[in-house]
Amino acid sequence: MAIFVDENTKVIVQGLTGGQGRFHGLRNRDYGTKIVGGVTPGKGGENVEGIPVFNSVKEAVAATGATASFIVVPPKFAPAAIIEAAEGGITFIVCITEGIPAHDEAVTYNRLVEEFPGVRLLGPNCPGIISPGKCNIGITSGDIALPGGPVGIVSRSGTLTYQALHELSQQGIGQTTCVGIGGDPVPGTNFIDCLAAFEADPETKAVMMIGEIGGSEEERAAEWIKTNMTKPIVSYIAGVTAPAGRKMGHAGAIISGTKGTAQAKMDALAAAGVHVCLNPTEAGEKMVEIVKSL
Amino acid sequence: MDLFEYQGKQYFSKFGIAVSPGDIADTVEQAVEVAERVGYPVVIKAQVKVGGRGKAGGVKLANTIDEVRTHASAILGLDIKGHVVHRVWVERSSDIAKEYYASFTLDRPNKVHLGMLSAQGGVEIEVVAEENPEAISFVSIDPLRGLDLAAARKWVDEAQLDEVAQEQAAELLVKLYECYTKGDCDLAEINPLILTPDNKVHALDAKVTLDENASFRHPEWEEFRATETEDPREKMAKERGLNYIGLDGTVGIIANGAGLAMSTLDVVNQVGGTAANFLDIGGGANADVMASALEVINADPKVKAIFVNIFGGITRVDEVANGVLEALRRVTISSPIILRLDGTNAVEGRAIIAPHVSATLITEPTMLDAARRAVELANA
Repeated sequence: MAIFVDENTKVIVQGLTGGQGRFHGLRNRDYGTKIVGGVTPGKGGENVEGIPVFNSVKEAVAATGATASFIVVPPKFAPAAIIEAAEGGITFIVCITEGIPAHDEAVTYNRLVEEFPGVRLLGPNCPGIISPGKCNIGITSGDIALPGGPVGIVSRSGTLTYQALHELSQQGIGQTTCVGIGGDPVPGTNFIDCLAAFEADPETKAVMMIGEIGGSEEERAAEWIKTNMTKPIVSYIAGVTAPAGRKMGHAGAIISGTKGTAQAKMDALAAAGVHVCLNPTEAGEKMVEIVKSL
Repeated sequence: MDLFEYQGKQYFSKFGIAVSPGDIADTVEQAVEVAERVGYPVVIKAQVKVGGRGKAGGVKLANTIDEVRTHASAILGLDIKGHVVHRVWVERSSDIAKEYYASFTLDRPNKVHLGMLSAQGGVEIEVVAEENPEAISFVSIDPLRGLDLAAARKWVDEAQLDEVAQEQAAELLVKLYECYTKGDCDLAEINPLILTPDNKVHALDAKVTLDENASFRHPEWEEFRATETEDPREKMAKERGLNYIGLDGTVGIIANGAGLAMSTLDVVNQVGGTAANFLDIGGGANADVMASALEVINADPKVKAIFVNIFGGITRVDEVANGVLEALRRVTISSPIILRLDGTNAVEGRAIIAPHVSATLITEPTMLDAARRAVELANA
């Protein structure tokens, strides 16, 4: 089994006729993902290498029965595209757009929670999701993933997501699903959402969790892990040696205290029983050891 | 983007938030002119984007024209924690009865806005937060509903602001929230927000951080961008659209994605090296971007080896490979380049590099191997 998306998931691409949308949409289809349509206002009736294009999500969903959408549109238009997807009947939205204003993300997220409680948003500013051998939505290179499980991956960093997939695949360890949640201020899906789904998925036997400095999502996940997670977790937090970030006036210090540093995150995760590793390679090796002992 | 205090105050003014009358000055004579215009006594404040200005001698009270000359000439040119003062803000001095604290920022864990208000503002606010957290009144604001006057009135009461200040403070907080949201701030902070002996409430300081992702709807931010001063390496990088932070080590680093770039720093450090910089070429990096990145790193004399760590997603490795070759044609790169290429179109990318491999253009199969090689060459 996989989490969130599998071989039956029908996907539309909002922005399929743009350069990035076309490139990644077609790559996703080549991987075997059921890309059933595209949406570009004003280009309904056209097609991109056989994929029909519709004027709106609503039309696309009516014609194809899609339940998932891959959003590849510029930051100015992405919040409206997300809401349009939810209104059109999509229940799983992947938005890779980078550069959406934080206030727009906050408004969009809260609208989804309030008006469309059944809808899950992944991203924005994330690499997407891949259930190897079944479905790839986003910008991950499918050939670095290995089908068959038993490891689930959840990561806040785009390129480190690929790195994690690569480390495991090279060792012959497959993945059930790899979720890139993205590092924007208001992510639609967080670590805990993914950890809970992996905990409930019988085919996932262990989880790799990749975090980075800033925010407190890793610390919150650590709290959740303590009481809810029975499967082993290996984690790597990027940024131990990163230059000190901008300090946001007094407000940042008042809210975060000592939270947010790589060390604080690693300590919190270690205290929750997570295997904390110092670099992606070490994390890969630790996971091999765990999988072999299962 | 962090604003200078004076820019923050100008930004506040646009939203109707009361600040002291004043103006900027880049010379002693300009400072005198402003002081004469706004009236004595005046406060002369160094404009630097770093805290602790007062303690460093960057904020002075002047009662006479001579005092303005003395203090302005002392402050202009002053070095405050590595920031040289090129500009001062001169404003009419305010008598202070009470100092409060107010700010709005994003509450990331709860995905709503967070307001903070305290009747115990001033320079020690962080100490207050640590030792006496109940002295700060936190309010969660739903981004869909905002902050209205009724809620603000309740809030100033809960924060135990003085009775005489409450109505004015509530109105000011609504305006500050407008500034924070409509003005696309990551942070809008007033410390201190003061009550004067004649019962007026106004902002004595301004700390504003703008969300650069919202630049497309704020053409007026161009003037703020023009005053940004930075490390010459960072300036060169920014002009080329690169996310660069200068450091002091010897291994130049180029990676795609902030996470991978941070991880590259970690790994270089773990194998005994030091990073010269953090450079994220972002998603979708093409040949031009790669060439620019190599040029920026090459301009740093401390760099002894350049580690290019690419894992293609949106970024296509074949384009990166072409970028490396293009850069080598454009400029003489003075340090060896160690390449680690994986991900989208990696096979094509490696094939492009293969005929050019030499003692100064090296490829390694893994991130760890590449880090070791780069550190070995940098330390040789």
